[in-house]
Amino acid sequence: MLENIFSDPTFQFVLFSAAKIAVVFGVVMTFVAYAVLVERKVSAAIQDRVGPNRTAPPLALKIPVLGRLLQRWGMFQPMADGLKFILKEDFTPAYVRTVYFWLAPAIAVIPAFLTLAVIPFGSTLGSQKMVIADLNVGILYTFGIVSLGVYGIVLAGWSSNSKYPFLGGIRSSAQMISYEIAMGMSVVSLFLIVGDLNLMNLIQWQADHGWLVLYQPVAFVIFLVSAFAETNRLPFDMPESESELIGGYHTEYSSMKFALFFLGEYANMIASSAMMVTLFFGGWSLPWLGKPAETLLGGLVHIGIFIAKMIVLMLVFIWVRWMLPRFRYDQLMDLGWRRFIPAALANIVATALGVALLNR
Amino acid sequence: MQAALPHYLIVSALLFCLGLLGVVVRRSLLVMYMSLELMLNAANLALVAFSHFNQNLNGQVMVFFIITVAAAEVAVGLALIVALFRKRQTSHVEDLTSLKL
Amino acid sequence: MPQLTDLLFYAFAGMTLLFGFLCVANPLSRNPVTSAMFLVLTIISMAGLFVLLHAFFLAAVQILVYAGAVMVLFLFVIMLLDLKEEERRKLNKVAVGLGSLAVLGLAGVLVRVLAGATPLIAAGSKPVEGSTRELGRILFQSYLLPFEILSILLLVAMVGAILLSKKELK
Repeated sequence: MLENIFSDPTFQFVLFSAAKIAVVFGVVMTFVAYAVLVERKVSAAIQDRVGPNRTAPPLALKIPVLGRLLQRWGMFQPMADGLKFILKEDFTPAYVRTVYFWLAPAIAVIPAFLTLAVIPFGSTLGSQKMVIADLNVGILYTFGIVSLGVYGIVLAGWSSNSKYPFLGGIRSSAQMISYEIAMGMSVVSLFLIVGDLNLMNLIQWQADHGWLVLYQPVAFVIFLVSAFAETNRLPFDMPESESELIGGYHTEYSSMKFALFFLGEYANMIASSAMMVTLFFGGWSLPWLGKPAETLLGGLVHIGIFIAKMIVLMLVFIWVRWMLPRFRYDQLMDLGWRRFIPAALANIVATALGVALLNR
Repeated sequence: MQAALPHYLIVSALLFCLGLLGVVVRRSLLVMYMSLELMLNAANLALVAFSHFNQNLNGQVMVFFIITVAAAEVAVGLALIVALFRKRQTSHVEDLTSLKL
Repeated sequence: MPQLTDLLFYAFAGMTLLFGFLCVANPLSRNPVTSAMFLVLTIISMAGLFVLLHAFFLAAVQILVYAGAVMVLFLFVIMLLDLKEEERRKLNKVAVGLGSLAVLGLAGVLVRVLAGATPLIAAGSKPVEGSTRELGRILFQSYLLPFEILSILLLVAMVGAILLSKKELK
């Protein structure tokens, strides 16, 4: 009886999907926690400071050498941060629109995680494809979900019912709609070359023919900059710019609700890094490692390669944040509408002509 | 019961009626406009259902066109509502009874 | 035993209708933002129905265009105008009653008629897949002219929207 259930393909599908979802969720949460730490350490290095180096749980320092080392690297900092977020007073101002005020942080987090569902983070592990949902409209799904990301921020800004959050909300809705267009258009040229929307096949194509960033540098630059705008990170963090809008859409938030926005921002960063690895840098493949893995070890190596590439791109995100000053809002709109969209369109036309001429 | 063509069509018809209800009952221009979108969506659902059960993709192409037209329509319609609001400071249909601005 | 797809159909259909109702006639709130959010949910559940009908491309486009762009525009405008007006007004009871009655009648007629609908061809053979490739093929072979006209329509809409939102014409 039990064997019957285990050999049932539907049951297996559900089981393996659930396992993949659990693992991806866990890994991403860990990544978020340590991305914050890395961000603080990198910013410290850039500004010639030391960064977090004091936090340590009571018994950790008893471990010889390693304990001190971990403390110096700030490895315990994320735990302390998380604990602090939970223990802080969760304050809801009297004048907010309560239902949306409570919903907004949750809505802000969900899309970031949903995007990860179609990203192939490895080739195969045993008989399983290392992607949660292998859709044939993969990239369209991603853009659909990414476009839902704006709701959390807009609702937060609106429901806070005070001036600065409201301005932040308005800014972010305009900004995210604008850059979504440029982002979507930059990707079209990739699919003109590859001829498939499925992300697994896209990676396999890159493994056979070389990374797409070499074919489409313009598209990559547009996608990268638009990703900064979509994740609301410096130099495009107008929706929350603390020096002019206090904290933008999360001014009125505290404790876990604030932490959720924080989580959403970093999860978005991870999702867009993963997206860029998949689209432009060959996903799990390396130039001499292009075949889907046949052994368990090979599968793990592929996952490792993917994560390594992702970390490099996340470091770029962090590095840019601390190197560039904030744009002015009209400059941001100008860049999006008058530079990137025409450039992306021109890129599509050029690529289409190239593909047509080469295939003749 | 197996979900066949009539099921989808009935859902579509009910959705259309909900949209109509919105247009008839609500008096805010924006909400009425959203109800119109709901009616368009109901039509989309019917077309996709026809396309699936008649095994013909033409219906889906039509939906593609409808979505595009709806997007254009929303852009112009919302611009109109904003322009109207600027002139009259209201978006309530009962306040917008004169033909001349 | 009912199949999984049928259960999913009832789930998505129920969600679509419930959210649709809450969008147009929410008894608890007449706030336009609430309507907009429930419309977003309606659209997302409809995308689920599209997936059940093998229209994968349209499901993605539905979310991308409607939920992602059109509804954000709506939200943007609602916030810009800051509408509190409708909530304070009293509803005209007679109008609401008669309107609902008319809609109910129409719903009754439509359901009566549509309950007997049958497809032109017999079920059983392989269903068509609304994949990007197939849809693109039809779009650019049989529907090329409408497609081009549509692009002109979009251009017209764009120019019109810009013109309308200018404060004064020079």
